[in-house]
Amino acid sequence: MQNLKSNPSFITIGENAKMINTAQKEGLKKENVLSLAKSSKTIEAKNLCLWYKNFNALKNININIGEKQVVALIGPSGCGKSTFLRTLNRMNDTVEGCKITGEVLFEGKNIYSSSVSAPEIRAKIGMVFQKANPFPMSIYDNIAYGPRIQGIHSKQVLNELVETSLKSAALWDETKDRLKKSALGLSGGQQQRLCIARALAIKPQVLLMDEATSALDPISTGKIEELILQLKKDYTIVTVTHNMQQAARISDKTAFFLLGELIEYNDTDIIFSNPENAKTKDYITGRFG
Amino acid sequence: MPKSRKFKNALLKFFMYLSTGITFSILLLIIGYILFKGLPGLNIKMLTTQTSYIDKNIGILPNILNTLYIIFVSMLFAVPLGIGAAVYLTEYAKCKPLVKAISFAIETLMGIPSIIYGLVGMLFFTSIMGLKQGILAGGLTLTVMIIPTIVTTTKESLAAVPNSLREGSLALGSGKWHMIKTVVLPNAKNGIITGCVLAVGRITGESAALLFTAGFGLKLVGFIKALQSSSATLTVALYIYASEQGEFNIAFTIALILVAITFIINTVCYALGNKIGKKNK
Ligand SMILES: Nc1ncnc2c1ncn2[C@@H]1O[C@H](COP(=O)(O)OP(=O)(O)OP(=O)(O)O)[C@@H](O)[C@H]1O
Ligand SMILES: [Mg+2]
Repeated sequence: MQNLKSNPSFITIGENAKMINTAQKEGLKKENVLSLAKSSKTIEAKNLCLWYKNFNALKNININIGEKQVVALIGPSGCGKSTFLRTLNRMNDTVEGCKITGEVLFEGKNIYSSSVSAPEIRAKIGMVFQKANPFPMSIYDNIAYGPRIQGIHSKQVLNELVETSLKSAALWDETKDRLKKSALGLSGGQQQRLCIARALAIKPQVLLMDEATSALDPISTGKIEELILQLKKDYTIVTVTHNMQQAARISDKTAFFLLGELIEYNDTDIIFSNPENAKTKDYITGRFG
Repeated sequence: MPKSRKFKNALLKFFMYLSTGITFSILLLIIGYILFKGLPGLNIKMLTTQTSYIDKNIGILPNILNTLYIIFVSMLFAVPLGIGAAVYLTEYAKCKPLVKAISFAIETLMGIPSIIYGLVGMLFFTSIMGLKQGILAGGLTLTVMIIPTIVTTTKESLAAVPNSLREGSLALGSGKWHMIKTVVLPNAKNGIITGCVLAVGRITGESAALLFTAGFGLKLVGFIKALQSSSATLTVALYIYASEQGEFNIAFTIALILVAITFIINTVCYALGNKIGKKNK
């Protein structure tokens, strides 16, 4: 087991303290205050370990992801970025032989506790996959898929949701005349933006993106990066990327993973200019990985 | 070298053409012969009456209906059971060795001669459960016989649905059943329909398994009564007329009708499958 104190990712305390202070001014009791501080819309992983059968893919991860921040996960292939991302919305539940210990706190609750259901979590923490995976149905139905699960069936509400989601994903102009056409007729980049729009339609609080631009041309990539910066105003975003420039451009914080461990987590400026750990430095300067 | 290769290629091509030609001409020959022998006997009266020895009339309306009844009864049970089992095995079952064992057993069941299903069906449905020979006992026997076909084809088409679609659905907060209903099953539809077509084809062509279970009755009795009274389907009637009564012309006419029914069922189902396919595209 690692020494927790040496882990640079414990930076919650300051933020919580601030909240406690303001709350105290409003005359709340201390216990309530603590839970209030925790219920801020951050994601916090505590002593998170994950095994695929016997393979230890994540080793004691501690990280706190602040509200409305863009966090980039970087690291060489196979180091556990996707695995970690997928623990944040319980997508690894579907993987056979996958075992998880530790906690992931969201809104102050462990998302792995028995009182929380996976669909409920996934409705709040949206995900965009590396390969665009539009459903073979119309563009409209793709976007309306999530809201319909939540029981929204009013045509008017759905119409509005479809329009705003497509607009947020910068896809409205290209698709407004063909909403009833199959989503499979879109180009790869459009499909990926459709998947982003689809994830936005459920109004999540957090958006997880796993190399969402890796299969796209520079123009589509640029559009999606722009989009991420736009979305940041309303959403917390965790994104995996192999593109260092991209991480530097879009993220507030960067986490460097290596062989299942979180090596360093800090402000993106610091990671890219003055990393604490030598391994991080080697990686971002391209000496390995 | 190049010369011998050229020769080899030509030879191979020749054999390929030859085998294709032989297969195709056999098919043509059979259909042609059935048409030649069966067509003269085909008339409206035969299709719309029942056999009566007093009137010296041979009619196969009851047998046409019995075939449809058996298809209806078997599919009624086999489709939900088969698809349900396949969905359970591919989407829900956790214990993989057990799934493998069951799949192997199911595939083995597909290869068992149908007369054995008839024997077991007779023992189980008529002797043990006390059903009378008829459409119900026959239909249930065929249900057992075609479930493996439906399970296997459904399983294959479910497995062909990309996992990324499942994950996409789950990631939007959908529950497992909702995901299966809205993403997995619609994408597997064509395969499932094909499986059902195969099953209907097997039912239409089945005779051995029905001899002991559905019986030889040639009387027109109506669906409800036919469930529990001896009722011959077209194929069984063909057997009766050909082997017991030496009425080969009738047998060929029935054969013609069977070929036509099979053709119609296939066309309808493929058209249906294509339509659904287009809708998805
Ligand atoms: N379903 C699985 N079963 C077993 N092992 C897995 C599974 N998924 C991932 N792994 C293993 O876990 C480790 C981490 O994989 P992960 O996909 O998280 O890497 P990654 O950092 O996202 O890599 P990449 O940059 O190539 O996407 C790898 O060694 C991988 O082989
Ligand atoms: Mg990955």
